[in-house]
Amino acid sequence: MTSTLESGDVRAGRLSSAEYAENFSDLHPPLDHHEALVEADRCYFCYDAPCMNACPTSIDIPLFIRQIQAGNPVGAAKTIFEQNILGGMCARVCPTETLCEEACVRETAEGKPVKIGELQRHATDTYMARELPHPFKRAASTGRTVAVVGAGPAGLSCAHRLAMHGHDVVILEARQKPGGLNEYGIAAYKATNDFAQREVEWLMQIGGIELRLGQRLGSDFEVEDLVNQYDAVFIGVGLPSAYALDLPGSDLPGVESAIDFIARLRQAEDKSTLPVGQDVVVVGGGMTAVDAAVQSKLLGARTVSLVYRRGREQMPASRYEQDLAAAHGVHLVFNAKPARINGANAVESITFEYTASEGGKLTGTGETFEISADQVLAAIGQWMEADTGELELDGTTLARTDGNLSLSPYGRKVWVGGDCAHGGEDLTVTAVEDGKIAAESIHATLAG
Amino acid sequence: MADLSTNFLGIKSPNPFWLASAPPTDKAYNVERAYEAGWGGVVWKTLGEAGPPVVNVNGPRYGAIWGPDRRLLGLNNIELITDRDLETNLREMTEVKKRWPDRALIASIMVPCEEKSWRDILPRVEDTGADGIELNFGCPHGMSERGMGSAVGQVPEYIQMVTEWCKEFGKLPVIVKLTPNITDIRYPARAANKGGADAVSLINTISSIVSVDLDNFSPNPSIDGRGSHGGYCGPAVKPIALNMVAEIARDPETRGLPISGIGGVSTWRDAAEFIALGCGTVQVCTAAMTYGFKIVQEMIDGLENYMDEKGYETIEDFRGMAVPNVTDWQYLNLNYITKAKIDQDLCIKCGRCHIACEDTSHQAITSMVDGVRHFEVMDDECVGCNLCVNVCPVENCISMVPMATGETDPRTGKTVEADYANWTMHPNNPMAREAAE
Repeated sequence: MTSTLESGDVRAGRLSSAEYAENFSDLHPPLDHHEALVEADRCYFCYDAPCMNACPTSIDIPLFIRQIQAGNPVGAAKTIFEQNILGGMCARVCPTETLCEEACVRETAEGKPVKIGELQRHATDTYMARELPHPFKRAASTGRTVAVVGAGPAGLSCAHRLAMHGHDVVILEARQKPGGLNEYGIAAYKATNDFAQREVEWLMQIGGIELRLGQRLGSDFEVEDLVNQYDAVFIGVGLPSAYALDLPGSDLPGVESAIDFIARLRQAEDKSTLPVGQDVVVVGGGMTAVDAAVQSKLLGARTVSLVYRRGREQMPASRYEQDLAAAHGVHLVFNAKPARINGANAVESITFEYTASEGGKLTGTGETFEISADQVLAAIGQWMEADTGELELDGTTLARTDGNLSLSPYGRKVWVGGDCAHGGEDLTVTAVEDGKIAAESIHATLAG
Repeated sequence: MADLSTNFLGIKSPNPFWLASAPPTDKAYNVERAYEAGWGGVVWKTLGEAGPPVVNVNGPRYGAIWGPDRRLLGLNNIELITDRDLETNLREMTEVKKRWPDRALIASIMVPCEEKSWRDILPRVEDTGADGIELNFGCPHGMSERGMGSAVGQVPEYIQMVTEWCKEFGKLPVIVKLTPNITDIRYPARAANKGGADAVSLINTISSIVSVDLDNFSPNPSIDGRGSHGGYCGPAVKPIALNMVAEIARDPETRGLPISGIGGVSTWRDAAEFIALGCGTVQVCTAAMTYGFKIVQEMIDGLENYMDEKGYETIEDFRGMAVPNVTDWQYLNLNYITKAKIDQDLCIKCGRCHIACEDTSHQAITSMVDGVRHFEVMDDECVGCNLCVNVCPVENCISMVPMATGETDPRTGKTVEADYANWTMHPNNPMAREAAE
């Protein structure tokens, strides 16, 4: 990495190579065959299963677990892929503790849900490891063309489903690699061994999808161009712009967005080249904040504080994620908001003000404290950098109707989904579902 | 403190838990380990004639079926009787009995169906000090092809004949071990009784193919690509064994004939059930082969605990208590009406009761009430079948509650009668109608 990223005591190479390797290995080693069978045996095969209803992509969880149990992990994987073509990544990154596993009746019964996420990974990994033929075949070509903007989970899911229905798809991706947040935004220890890229390559085996990289909406093409050239357009560009801290001192070297920090980390083959502060403060309370905080610690930071402006209960990151951070030595601070960043030539500390919530409204109490820091990572949200042409916005995200059809002036030609669409939940799995719903809606429209 | 000691045909043992004649009792080493672990008695693995012993296959002898978490539910074997020579076995039995005088030692015997064979072996077995003999008329594989084992047990006349020889030429109590591979267990039991048997023991293993290898299409256990039926045992066979025991216990011809119960006994509870159906001892094999001899500790303690709780001082205090309650279907009380009741505090909302009832039974359990996932029995549809209880993963979450006399059954609209009434009295029964006319 470039030395300009270094400031104060922000520097690379804090650890031995063995420590880097250990720190960035798989968060959960995959279940082996025996572990998977033992775990699969715990599933009750519930009727109208709560786990399945809690899954944004409605994977038939009892069925795929029964398939694992019956010695058919390949069939299990197909059951998963039918609903969620990125089932491999979702198995790794889904906050299952707030989705399927929270709903598991064994959570009710014993406080120990079936490890659905890990079983899903077992099935999908098994399928991909066996290098079997792609599980889906394209329908006969319809001769219709669809542009998909963004090669993140929403775009990939949409493109795959459209290709399956026989449409010809072109994906336009701004970055140099496909995958979106799977490639750039998720903690490294959740997607080891270049899984995001391997999954995209596997997904593309369906055929009928052309991937064009380095194509940025608003600079390389406009929505209008696509509307003119294609039969339908899907926009799933995510929320590419991070909100920056707007405080005195927030322009000091050592202050940056957590998103950029994570993206750099994900792209670095050699983690020892990554500069990290001696004392790091992460501001925010979502999964990105936790990912940034934990990985700072893993890169060798001495202290990492994660400061969230509201209480623990309001924190968007799940209790599981909070505990993960705490277990890695991250100091969690609640009910405090940043007031100013202090330092002469680089960050030296950050001053926070305690907050109180009155009727849902957050106010400063006037009481402040200071944390030493040579690196401050802001994870306070992202937004749609709106060069969206004529597309209608709903707040800072794209407005949509049922089937993810956009409220656009282009008629029934533009669909939206994923984080860029209003109501996006910042989860890979909901983006996948959005793409799937949009694809079915596009298909129905084109067929109609 | 309950006294578990038993006196079965005059054979005393400190508890009713015997190891069945099987691999765990093939030699002194195993038997002494069993006694050390606390087993009350042992039926030594079946002895054959003097001379060259039988040989076993040298490939796999066992196959199994499993429940969740690979818990062994049923075991199948193609092992034969002891493959050690008679002299070795007799010598070891003598030594072991001397060292363990307070434990029961029974000799299981299987020799050809000829008087001479039995006359020869009986005195030799008696010389060991063994407390009794058990005639292996049950083994369904290998030996049966040679006219022994279940080949004898399937012909009541042979059973009676051999039993008579053993009573005539031997001095020891005779236990006849019965095969379940017949149509009606009462016939071989009656034959044993007529032959003068002191007791019967049952069940021996059930003829079975436990699984088929789907790669080489051989039955398992597979011996060089081929398999033959074996004998099935373990928890899966317990219900079959209980029924056969009950049939003998309540048959007018064999009522009172002592029984040693065998078949899937794995815990104290299983043993207590066999005893409640009249058994004086129980014999165990698969549970020991699965977990080792230590399991007897749980069996002894559990049975003691049960007896203490119930106030039974000896096994005899509750032995056979269930026998009078075993009846034929036609005598069951049709005025006994139950409804399933789901304890909502225990319910984990898996919905298995609903789908079992909805798909396969009487559509009597809700899945959704006022838009909320909720499982509740609809009394006006519930026939009281108990399927929901059986499929529920939570113990005691669903129970069958009898309706009180005078209540109206919402399913039929009829008042619950106090009187006992069975099929023989029912107006729909043509024979009952004829009798009334």
